[in-house]
Amino acid sequence: MPIRETFWNIPHWAEIAQYIAALVTAIIFIAGITRRVLRWRKGRPEKRSGHFWKRIGALITQVFGQQRTLDEKFPGIMHFSIFWGMLVLAAGTALATIDWDVTHLFFGFQILKGGVYIAFELMLDVLGLLVVLGLGMAIYRRYIARPARLQNFPVKKLAGDDTYVLVMLAFITLSGYLTEGLRLAVTQPDWAPWSPVGNAIAALFLSLGDPTNQTLHLIIWGMHIATAFGVLISLPFTKLFHIFSVPLNIYFRSLEPAGALRAANMDGGMGVKEWTQFTWKQLLDFESCTRCGRCQDVCPAYASAQVLSPRNMMVKLDDHLWEKKPRALHGEVVSVDELWACTTCRACVQVCPAFIDHVTTFVDLRRHLVDQGKMDQMLQDALSNLGRYGNSFGQSDRMRAKWTMGLQPPVKDARREQVEYLWFVGDYASYNATLTDVTRKTAEVFHKLGLNFGILYESERNSGNDVRRVGEEGLFEMLVDKNSQVLSKCKFQAIVTTDPHSYNTLKNEYPANGNGRYPVLHYSELLDQLIAAGKLKFSKKLGYKVTYHDPCYLGRYNGVYDAPRRVIEATGCELVEMPRHRERGFCCGAGGGRIWMEEKEVKERPSESRIREAVALEGVQTFIVACPKDLTMFRDAVKTTGNEQRLEVKDLIDLVAEAL
Amino acid sequence: MSQDIFVVIEHLRGQVADVSYAMLAGARQLSKASGGEVVAVLLGHNAQGLASNLAADRVLYVDHPALAEFTSDAYQIVLAGLIQEHAPRAVLFGHSSIGMDLASSLSARLGIPVVNSCRTFTDDGKFVSQICGGKIMAEGNLPSPALATMIPGGYKAEEGQSAQTPPLTAVSAPALDNLRVAVKQYIEPDTSDVDISKEKMLVSIGRGIQNKDNIELANELADALGCAVSASRPVVDQGWLPTTRLVGKSGKHVKPKIYLALGISGAPEHVEGMGESEVIVAVNTDPNAPIFNIAKYGTTIDMFDLLPVLIEKVKQAK
Amino acid sequence: MKIAVPIKFVPDLVEELTIDPSGTALDTTWLRLIINELDDHAVEQAILLKERSGGEVTVLSAEADGVDDFLFTAAAKGADRLIKLTGDFSAADNHALGRAFADVIKELQPDLILTGVQAHNDLDGSVGPLLAEYLGLPYVGYVAGIALDGNKVVARKEYAGGLVAEVEVKLPAVLGIQAAEQPPRYVAYSKIRQVMGTAKIEERPVSNLESSGGVVVGRLFQPEVAERATMLEGSPEDVADKLVGLFKELGTL
Repeated sequence: MPIRETFWNIPHWAEIAQYIAALVTAIIFIAGITRRVLRWRKGRPEKRSGHFWKRIGALITQVFGQQRTLDEKFPGIMHFSIFWGMLVLAAGTALATIDWDVTHLFFGFQILKGGVYIAFELMLDVLGLLVVLGLGMAIYRRYIARPARLQNFPVKKLAGDDTYVLVMLAFITLSGYLTEGLRLAVTQPDWAPWSPVGNAIAALFLSLGDPTNQTLHLIIWGMHIATAFGVLISLPFTKLFHIFSVPLNIYFRSLEPAGALRAANMDGGMGVKEWTQFTWKQLLDFESCTRCGRCQDVCPAYASAQVLSPRNMMVKLDDHLWEKKPRALHGEVVSVDELWACTTCRACVQVCPAFIDHVTTFVDLRRHLVDQGKMDQMLQDALSNLGRYGNSFGQSDRMRAKWTMGLQPPVKDARREQVEYLWFVGDYASYNATLTDVTRKTAEVFHKLGLNFGILYESERNSGNDVRRVGEEGLFEMLVDKNSQVLSKCKFQAIVTTDPHSYNTLKNEYPANGNGRYPVLHYSELLDQLIAAGKLKFSKKLGYKVTYHDPCYLGRYNGVYDAPRRVIEATGCELVEMPRHRERGFCCGAGGGRIWMEEKEVKERPSESRIREAVALEGVQTFIVACPKDLTMFRDAVKTTGNEQRLEVKDLIDLVAEAL
Repeated sequence: MSQDIFVVIEHLRGQVADVSYAMLAGARQLSKASGGEVVAVLLGHNAQGLASNLAADRVLYVDHPALAEFTSDAYQIVLAGLIQEHAPRAVLFGHSSIGMDLASSLSARLGIPVVNSCRTFTDDGKFVSQICGGKIMAEGNLPSPALATMIPGGYKAEEGQSAQTPPLTAVSAPALDNLRVAVKQYIEPDTSDVDISKEKMLVSIGRGIQNKDNIELANELADALGCAVSASRPVVDQGWLPTTRLVGKSGKHVKPKIYLALGISGAPEHVEGMGESEVIVAVNTDPNAPIFNIAKYGTTIDMFDLLPVLIEKVKQAK
Repeated sequence: MKIAVPIKFVPDLVEELTIDPSGTALDTTWLRLIINELDDHAVEQAILLKERSGGEVTVLSAEADGVDDFLFTAAAKGADRLIKLTGDFSAADNHALGRAFADVIKELQPDLILTGVQAHNDLDGSVGPLLAEYLGLPYVGYVAGIALDGNKVVARKEYAGGLVAEVEVKLPAVLGIQAAEQPPRYVAYSKIRQVMGTAKIEERPVSNLESSGGVVVGRLFQPEVAERATMLEGSPEDVADKLVGLFKELGTL
């Protein structure tokens, strides 16, 4: 009967030696893990408990299912193969050891016998091939295809770390197969064909005969074991640690709305000056990065000027945690320029297979810069204006509603009369001279639809969304305070806004006030609701071929992808998607306060890259946006890329007004 | 008290500042109301020659080695003595780095009222001052006696110049000991860059340019037009352009044929440096910007919409 | 080194200025006050000097809307003492302000007094030189850059045309600041709030404001519209065409 004789051909002394080595390995392994855990514990506290089953569910889909990893085909399949192959091999080896040295030794009972054993052998033998496949793909990718995102690490020694992992895994697999093959070559059991790979290897060695093969087996077994222990010992000290850190990072990820930023640390100055002011979860983030570079590929800041790479940030921060002579976090570890380059578009967070939240860390680091007053003059002016006038334009608050002049009927003052919809207009739609036409058109559409709406006139302040993301938490709080005070005195059923940035913070960050929590609607959602309820009917089918740009703060931050698309389709337009759409939508470059900062040298502005993407779509002549800032950004980009004749940038409301 | 109008002549490095001539013209108008003479007050060392083209009825000249360079300390002592002795109806100073070091101090020292930023005087002895960044004018009776600082713009420099040398009376200086202020050295403006005061046309940018990168747009237009780019103070303070390109009170004074002001609000300090340009064209989104009060042509179109088109059209027109 | 910085609040030009029915003053209904920009530079320059050479910076202001916030902001930047003159300053001109500052500053006995070289609403002289005279100190205005040198300072005094004079001034002295060596820094709101909890504003009541030497305004008015530019209307293309025509006409193109 087929049975598993795990320590066949292994002298007793070697078996004992193996257990002694295992003990040493375990000690070093535990010490290494403890070292990591102790490091995390130096971070500030942060509550990430609760939602147990939801978190376990994510572990199943993301760790065992490798869902996000599989978003990209080649690297996805590559990692999936290695993950499952190694998992099965490791589990199999453990099982075989237990089977022989625990259950068999002490209880005279074996699981691995008969049919079970044959199935076991077959499974390990074949799944080992998965590892071979995955490693082959990995070696091809890293050393032959050499995609940019796997190159140029800011910490040079990491290239060695990557090689080390591949070599060790390759050696473990290879030596495992050889050990098996040699065992089969010597013992030649009847069930050998059930290990097709091992059997094939055995055939190669048959001619050497015994005792050569037996000796070879012992040597290679020894190397196999040594490598296995080597891998285990190095696990807490190398990239292999991601096997632990990533599942933990996925388990402990934030389940708060993506649009709700954590309040700033105020202990010892605002934000993060030294790494110990990060929360433990942020430290875990840094240690979870496997530098796969997916974030870098989708980062608009990286694409435009290569100043910021989210991957490099994580690598540098992780390295910093272990520095013997800690350098200054700002200036030495990360540069001021890279911190300001982030548009907070969240594309990196969206693609990270390790569920790292880069943006929160960048904002925390920015907060310290703001605390020190270190920022460019343009941003400084914008913040001063926001503090003084409540808008970044530095204009009088009395001019905020100037765009309403001459509108008939006049726009209601929501502070004086009850309205159904309180329209939070936002700075750009209110003050930017080139946008007020669209703002007026929006009001006209609202009037035509018979909506009972009003605005806050000069009492509205900037919502603070981007002020917060710039890192000026105190000013954000002040703006929230002022807006909340006015809102609490108004009677309305819902807030509507055309600005995704205001939408985000009003919806996710403003505290519920005296009126109770009110719904916050993006105008695309409101229009979509009205269409669904039959209250908005179009008289015309426009028949344009259009494409639609997902605003980051509407899409990735709040998951509103379908409402604007349904509105576009209801106007009788044909929607052609750009390659980067929905979750993969590409930022216009203005978010996170970037619109208030000086533009440093760029290769290609994100907005220009986006326009070129749209222009490449066959027959598309209209580029639809649903954000006032987008309108200015893309109108400019259409001009600077010389595509004025090819593509027209329109607001969603333009389509609606035209089709009414 | 006499009815004479004193004008404190401002000069540096052997050159009379333009504002002095404008002041003489202003003084002339005031003297009509008072019936007194226009008296130029010249302080210096071996500087009599500077009086040659002053349109004054006479010149009081004080010579002293300590007056070789302007210092507030020595000037105040000398002027305080002269004013006390001659008791003029009014004393005019430039609203400038020199005049502003003197007028207020003398007001406090002598107990004579002082009026700032006078642009013009009226025939009946009123002052018209420009305040609040050029947005408000203040008018009132010029007290008697009075000190006043004058901004350029109300009178042309030529009106204060004369072909005839006015009679000069040398007055001896009081003791100038224990001075607390001394000029160590002058730092000349950088001359390696283009001299914007010699350009036929200037593309000038202000705060409205928003950031450093946009300066490229202005450069492009200037290149197409074959002229230079100049700027108002905020742009230079940011370090976006060298100080050699600064137009205004503390920068260069320019008089090009066309001064194209992009995103410049037109604060008096700036206007002082370019107000005498032949044709001022202002581009500013704020229809209330004071620049439109001195410009011949204006538009409220956003310069970022205008410039790309304008650059193209200028290139085509060449 | 003790540095005193008297500052002044002025109408914010961002708001539209209107003249009240009397015709001699600005309408205060919508008037919003703001720190005189050059005084803000003076505060920055004082802080820079303190950072460079140590010392104590005292910022002084007459009571007005928004002054407390500004003083706390100055403290957050590094000012050590905050003094607010209280009383009715509604009719106070620069002469009155200069005398009131002089009384307080006499007690402080600073080595150096920095203040903005002017404010846009100065009509009766400027605070700096008035104050200098009331204190019997030398005054140098239009300063952009200061080097300390024992009992003297070397000030970079700006003249028209870009000429700069290095002027040596014996201390104590008053300097009128045209620009600080770097633009006034930004202070995070959280820092200001923190300072509000710890810093104290010392109040000095001023009972009799003496404004002799000032000026009586007969009327205020806005510059005539007749002088205004001919406005070019139309699309950017239209305006560009008109401009090109003008450039050609004047021979610059």
